[in-house]
Amino acid sequence: MLAVEGINAYYKDLQALWGVSLRVGEGELVALVGPNGAGKTTTLRVISGLLRPASGSVLLEGRSLAKEPAHRIVELGISQVMEGGRVFAGLTVLENLELGAFGAEARKLKDQSLRWVFSIFPRLEERYAQRAGTLSGGERQMLAIGRALMSKPRLLLLDEPSFGLAPLLVQQIFQMIAEINRQGVTVLLVEQNVRVALELTNRAYVLENGRIVGEGSGDALLTFESVRSAYLGCA
Amino acid sequence: MLRPLAQNLVFGILVGGLYGLVAVGLSLVFGVTKFLNVAHGELLMLGGYAAFWLFTLLGLDPFASLPLVVIFLVLIGLVLYKLLFSRMVKLTEDNKIKNTLLIGFGLSLIFQNVALRLWSADDRGITTAYSGQAFTLLGIRFPVVRVASLAIALVVLLALHLFLRRTYLGKAIRATVEDWEAATVTGIDVHKVYLVSFLLGAALAGVAGSLVSVGYSIQPAMGLEWTLIALVVMVLGGLGNILGTFVAGLALGVTQALTSTWIGGEYREIVALLLFLLVLVFRPQGLFGAREG
Repeated sequence: MLAVEGINAYYKDLQALWGVSLRVGEGELVALVGPNGAGKTTTLRVISGLLRPASGSVLLEGRSLAKEPAHRIVELGISQVMEGGRVFAGLTVLENLELGAFGAEARKLKDQSLRWVFSIFPRLEERYAQRAGTLSGGERQMLAIGRALMSKPRLLLLDEPSFGLAPLLVQQIFQMIAEINRQGVTVLLVEQNVRVALELTNRAYVLENGRIVGEGSGDALLTFESVRSAYLGCA
Repeated sequence: MLRPLAQNLVFGILVGGLYGLVAVGLSLVFGVTKFLNVAHGELLMLGGYAAFWLFTLLGLDPFASLPLVVIFLVLIGLVLYKLLFSRMVKLTEDNKIKNTLLIGFGLSLIFQNVALRLWSADDRGITTAYSGQAFTLLGIRFPVVRVASLAIALVVLLALHLFLRRTYLGKAIRATVEDWEAATVTGIDVHKVYLVSFLLGAALAGVAGSLVSVGYSIQPAMGLEWTLIALVVMVLGGLGNILGTFVAGLALGVTQALTSTWIGGEYREIVALLLFLLVLVFRPQGLFGAREG
């Protein structure tokens, strides 16, 4: 479904990604793990069109996204949840969700999508008239994911959905992500919480210093030497 | 003693409504795009001349010609945006502000001098059959034209408020003000949002210009004063707060009126700028703005 091939990307003069390639198949839940500053978020920004790579390509079902503006990429089926959720604090929960269905196609299906999102996150329905700024951290994350789902994406990019949340909430959020995936949405998940991420996913890539250094099934990577020593704290 | 004071207060409120209208336009554009368009006052000047010539040459009533003036300003805004401001979109916020300041100053010089050349430096104003009419309440005079102008300013701002609250595009504008990157990955075309906001700002300047040309007077060099007023009111009101900005406009109008009464008309601008500095120092989020975060 998604093919990222040989991406080199820069922030000003600083190269952040070095020949990054990865693939996500239809229906998969793939994780991208690695330490802080490895380039995980940068990879997502390249896929969603916020950052244009110096070379390499991003293909959605064989179609290059190089010339598509970022808001079009959403319409084409890739939706991103940014780190920290980045909900619109001054807008209500409902307004945030409505904006998620901004594209012409998605707007036609708005009511249906809204019911779908409320079925996954009943908490959002309870709080629909509240300003998003008044929500708790976990609710904000739910709203951010819900907003991303409103465009009926085929591929959902999640950037650190567990960031800053209590362990119990992290479990809940991950269960919801698994549920969204079961309902047919392909997921590419960026996580620092490696153990939880690897338990959840079919497959994972390990990113270090802007390069892909490992790939395998979640179970395999849990025993992968450098992953174990680096992120799980066991030698 | 009390009556002249009350009369001045009323005049202050009446002109303050126009201050609010001008400032809301500037504030909307700045809030969304981070373009600080210091030629905003010149847009108002052009709106004033448009209304003036429509009245003088075609005999169109200035209130009836408002929609035409708005269309004219939207077209000018479109040209300015496509030709100049759209090139600033990709810059960082700092550079956007700096570069648009330069563009704005350049534009204001060009517009001023072209207007001077075409229309001379004379003060102009629209004098309709009803221009001199006023009604008196408790011994205070209410000029009909200025009262109608305040009402129009209120109606326009209310319509803008509803547009931002109720429509998809309006909500997208509010979202873009908060976080343009998140808006982008939500599927909002922020370039379109920038354009719409810029055109709305130009349209509001046009409405204000029309109203100034009928209630007061216009001349080619008026733009800077109005830009300054708009900047002061924008900061007083707090960014992104339409009602707050409108009230701040009224407050500035009243402050200037009181200055004229007690100190002298020539100090009006100084008092406005003093107020501006005081707010920047003690309440940088504006009188009615919420703190960041």
